Amino acid sequence: MAGGAKCWLMEFLSGSEMIAKGAIAAGCRAFFGYPITPSSEIMELMSEGLPKVGGVFRQMEDEIAASAAAIGASWAGAKAMTATSGPGASLMQENIGMATMLEIPLVVVNAQRMGPSTGVPTVGSQQDLMQAIWGRHGDQLLLVLCPSTFGELFTMTIKAFNWAEMMRTPVILLTDGHLVNLRSSVSMDQAYEIVDRKMLDAKDATAPFKTDESLVPGFPPLGKEFNVLLDTLSHDERGYPTPNSAKTESLLVRLKAKLERNIDKIWMHEESDVSDSEEIVISYGSSAISARRAVDIARSRGKKIALLVMKTMWPLDEGHMRRILKGKKRIIVVEQALGQLAWLIRPFADDSEVVTVTSLGRPPRPKKIEQVILNEG
Amino acid sequence: MSAFLGAVDDAKLDMREVAVVSGIGCSGRIGGYLKADSIHVAHGRALPVALGAKLTRPDLTVVAFMGDGDAYSIGGNHMLHAARRGDDVKAFVINNMIFGMTGGQQSPTTPSSVIEGPLLARSPKPLDGPTLCAVLGASYVARWSTADFMELRDSMKIALTTQGFCLVEALSQCPVQFGKRVTRDPSGLMKWIKDRTIRVDDAVSKRTTGGKLLVGEFTKGGKGLRPELGELIGG
Repeated sequence: MAGGAKCWLMEFLSGSEMIAKGAIAAGCRAFFGYPITPSSEIMELMSEGLPKVGGVFRQMEDEIAASAAAIGASWAGAKAMTATSGPGASLMQENIGMATMLEIPLVVVNAQRMGPSTGVPTVGSQQDLMQAIWGRHGDQLLLVLCPSTFGELFTMTIKAFNWAEMMRTPVILLTDGHLVNLRSSVSMDQAYEIVDRKMLDAKDATAPFKTDESLVPGFPPLGKEFNVLLDTLSHDERGYPTPNSAKTESLLVRLKAKLERNIDKIWMHEESDVSDSEEIVISYGSSAISARRAVDIARSRGKKIALLVMKTMWPLDEGHMRRILKGKKRIIVVEQALGQLAWLIRPFADDSEVVTVTSLGRPPRPKKIEQVILNEG
Repeated sequence: MSAFLGAVDDAKLDMREVAVVSGIGCSGRIGGYLKADSIHVAHGRALPVALGAKLTRPDLTVVAFMGDGDAYSIGGNHMLHAARRGDDVKAFVINNMIFGMTGGQQSPTTPSSVIEGPLLARSPKPLDGPTLCAVLGASYVARWSTADFMELRDSMKIALTTQGFCLVEALSQCPVQFGKRVTRDPSGLMKWIKDRTIRVDDAVSKRTTGGKLLVGEFTKGGKGLRPELGELIGG
């Protein structure tokens, strides 16, 4: 825990500015990017902001290089970030997996755009949820955080860095073209907790991957009297490569468990009227803004309806999900994708009816959700 | 590796001031063999990782060990741009002219004379990394074979003490895989490689490479490819 970040008072900002300001407040001092719509503005803002605080910035030759350079900067001790969209997010999967294996703290922003391949660059969507969770080869777990209010673009960027540092893991901040391009007045003067990575002690240098109960090893500093090898190959507690199945299993199990054991702290959501409603609306990200509005209107018209807005998209607090959805007759999933969030929800749905309200290319109109809630469609 | 450690001594560097990045392939294991702060990254990505580290810790000398597949095939784009931008990292390419670890497949530097099989592209010109990097404005570029040990060590020292992007390529023998195409005798293979190289000064005075690979210094002071080499390589 290394002090806090103070915020500004009142400004009129874009969603990209909220993320860039959040990153710098969190202590980000290295950004590498490659232009792509709709996330380029984040890169441009970081290129202006970082030099003022002694940070480094480079526009790289592609997204593979951008994510690799961010990993290099993080290895050398900086809090590092990259931001991208659609095709760039696909290219970064390789290095996100690398950060998982090397246990390198890294924040990757994906301002989602629409469709596979080049798709529709200028239109936001929520079609990369499954990619964020599963996009890499090999068993692994990472954090996927998703802001669902304008203010959370700032606060969850800070949280993404804190978790990346605390857990030595990549974190995907999954947002979308609608939110980063939104402009809003913001008023905040709250102090936020900022977390720095725990460094490796010289006495532990011979077994730098042997962990205490936190399961998170200390981070090796460069240029000290001891040396540590970080290896993308499966490695033992000394850091040396090993093809041994038992040692590999223990590494992979630890990499997963270090996050899962903190699920109660990682799990962020908002819920209302869950206990006394037989129906529930579930949403996240920019769709949640519409969902909240629709639920408010339906309630004002006398409908009993619960609301769950997910902010941690992965890993899920399975126990909590089960408790919330227990006995619900109808689950209304609101997303800008063809059933990706619904797929995530379905294992917890028991016999409930799962209805998806989909709107591709723009956040769903509250009226459309309201009609489904009130069976007026 | 021995040439590198010698060069670190010659450059009067403390290993604590050196950070080692390595890619994937036989060369990638170097980081684990050295008593150094090292990171063994994904195939082809050593250079951008090295740049990120160097920008964050400018006090360190950051070196990237790569194979020919790493540097010129999967990581070729990174190499071009690192040389063009003048990233202050030291690229050491161990060029055994083959994908050794995966069973001896053709790499971008495999000489056409040893390419067999109807399905493989028989490129008349293997990729020449040192020429490319020199043309793109690298600060220092040299190539030697492992038979030129002292020259290799000297060039590595120059690279370690020169600001900007530096490339030193070592033509090396892989008796197991490349040897299948030539000879599996390690010293015989070293001689085979040596016989197919010509020193820059010899080639300049003879006004021809005689179809051999140039070894020596390709650029000095980042002023592009040495002008006398342009004609030789173009021809």
